[in-house]
Amino acid sequence: MRCCSLVALMLALMVAGCARTRDDRTVVRFWVMGYEGEVVAKLLPEFERQHPDIHVDLQIVPWLSAHEKLLTAFAGESLPDVSPIGNTWIPEFAALGALEPLDDEIAATPGFEQADFFPGVWDTGVIDGRAYAVPWYVETRLPFYRRDMLAKAGVKTLPASWDEWRVAMREVKRVAGQGNYSILLPLNEFEPLLSLAIQQPEPLLRDGGRYGNFRSAGFRQSLGFYKEMFDRQWAPVVTNNQISNVWDEFGKGFYSFYISGPWNIAKFKERLPASQQADWMTMPLPGPEGPGASLANGTSFVVFKDSPNKDAAWQLIAWLSSPAVQAEFHALTGDLPPRRSPWLTPALANDPYAKAFREQLERAVSTPKVPEWERIATEMRLVGEQVANGRLTVHQAAEELDRRADRILEKRRWMLDHAAKPGGTP
Amino acid sequence: MRSSHSLAGWLFAAPALTVIVVFFGLPVLAALALSLTDFDIYALADINNLRFVGVDNYIGLLQNPMFWKSLGNTVYFVVVGVPLSVALSLGAALLLHSRLGRFKGFFRTAFFAPVVTTVVAVAVIWRYLFHTKYGLVNWGLSWIGIDPVDWLGDPTWAMPTIILFAVWKNFGYNMIVFLAGLQSIPEDLYEAARIDGASRWAQFRHVTLPQLGPVLLLVGILTMAGYFQLFAEPYVMTQGGPLESTKSVLYLMYEEGFKWWNLGNASAVAFLLFVLMTVVTSGLLWFARKRGVE
Repeated sequence: MRCCSLVALMLALMVAGCARTRDDRTVVRFWVMGYEGEVVAKLLPEFERQHPDIHVDLQIVPWLSAHEKLLTAFAGESLPDVSPIGNTWIPEFAALGALEPLDDEIAATPGFEQADFFPGVWDTGVIDGRAYAVPWYVETRLPFYRRDMLAKAGVKTLPASWDEWRVAMREVKRVAGQGNYSILLPLNEFEPLLSLAIQQPEPLLRDGGRYGNFRSAGFRQSLGFYKEMFDRQWAPVVTNNQISNVWDEFGKGFYSFYISGPWNIAKFKERLPASQQADWMTMPLPGPEGPGASLANGTSFVVFKDSPNKDAAWQLIAWLSSPAVQAEFHALTGDLPPRRSPWLTPALANDPYAKAFREQLERAVSTPKVPEWERIATEMRLVGEQVANGRLTVHQAAEELDRRADRILEKRRWMLDHAAKPGGTP
Repeated sequence: MRSSHSLAGWLFAAPALTVIVVFFGLPVLAALALSLTDFDIYALADINNLRFVGVDNYIGLLQNPMFWKSLGNTVYFVVVGVPLSVALSLGAALLLHSRLGRFKGFFRTAFFAPVVTTVVAVAVIWRYLFHTKYGLVNWGLSWIGIDPVDWLGDPTWAMPTIILFAVWKNFGYNMIVFLAGLQSIPEDLYEAARIDGASRWAQFRHVTLPQLGPVLLLVGILTMAGYFQLFAEPYVMTQGGPLESTKSVLYLMYEEGFKWWNLGNASAVAFLLFVLMTVVTSGLLWFARKRGVE
């Protein structure tokens, strides 16, 4: 009897299997990292309703293992059709020859306005003049600040330049009380220093990404400002490991400026007590001479070269990039849209915390587009940590960084000189 | 006759040997070959981008201050951590073995408990314990008038804290091994020593230690091999910081290989560590053999 039911079950499964294979919709394999994967699952039924001939096979990948998983999938020729990947990974996968240029699709899609995207954010996906990626959501870094502390310190207008910021930090430090500081620049993150460095006109790498350019006057000025904040004890010499709860310490006044990204808007709303909710705000990142640039991080859709369903994959990208869907996605996640039109919807236009991000995104700048960039940024963090600890002078640090960057870029120089590889050396 | 015997022996050993060759020998050889190349993501894209670099990876490492720094950190961890861990395990085992001990079952479990916990989970608790402002440790120290110490943020204190954590986490395992060793020492040896008028200390030195010799050697080698492979503790507690004072050789290898995908370089690091561990372990064995312990 049991045997019979087993057979029946297998038959049922086979029928179900056949039923699925008889489904002649194009299957788009779609990998999404992290929480956004769970959210996009709610949007996909609507896409499939509008595109009856496409079925999206969504797989959610944890962020921590995503990079490794994509590289392994590349080596094993089992990449999905389309995936949103970290903006800083695009040069790497382009160098691998794993990405399909999207220029033709972009030009051929009516209503897909490239000019609507923030230029710096769009630029992260453009390598050697070809667009390999379409931004999905963006993040940039800017200061969260304590309004009440600034008022207490007598800072009337928000600092827009480094000089004004210096005054504000000095005054905040004066009133912050024993053991407290003005700003938190966690030494285990490269983003704070990189955000300051990217505001300079000189590029961080020179000769088409062949050598480091950290000896430039601009970078040394940024590093000098970074060092000054530690030297004058405006910033504590700590990593995030030593601060058990960044939101709580911000509320307690351990620091009054904190350079971080948009996800912390929701966190501060959640973590700070109701009595302090009126005391914090976001502001554009001050630049050397006035409002400055910042990073253009986030994720962008790419289509992988081996995909057999590039058309369907592109339709998915175009649909998820449409302003209406972007606005809905923002409502579900709080992630910031990479194009201007969704920002006109009331949810974003009336959000006081998002305003600074909107302004900052117009000035977002892409980091150097070489596959080795993340490693160089990490070396920059390590050298920056030594500077903050007073182990290196700005001049020594700049030379050391150039030395390290040049060593890391050795293979790239060899690659460019030989140009042996078809499929896109950036 | 002899040859058929040895053939039978080889046949019996064959399954195990095959497994060892296929799953250990070959990968090691492949890694050695890899360490002579500059395998990276460019080579992953197109194998023509792979360069045979000979011993350049090794020379580069030996010239890299970061390698020496992480090697120094690892040696520091081994030199301080291993004796501390072995001494603590032995001490705990002696206390638990003592006839005067009370609640032995409880303490045996309590001392062994850290071994079965997860490093990541426990590290979170330790990070709170050693927090500069709110940590229990600094709070306790303030009672005896010691200023707060930035345990995990100060380059001089970070490694001692990691050592303390690792020793606390691991000593229970060796303790159990020692306990088994202690229980196998015949009681009549102690009886004879007592009749000869030996003090407790003399009994420990001339009966317990020599009898424990082989166990000590085993524990020493295992602990050292384990401690040379320091990785998880700094990875979860400090990420190698502050100022790279807790970055170990294995951590360097992890970053080279799995973070930056320089598999050639990472293999070279792994081989240097392998050579170092082989030399040190052989040295320990040689020393033990000279002392007549085996």
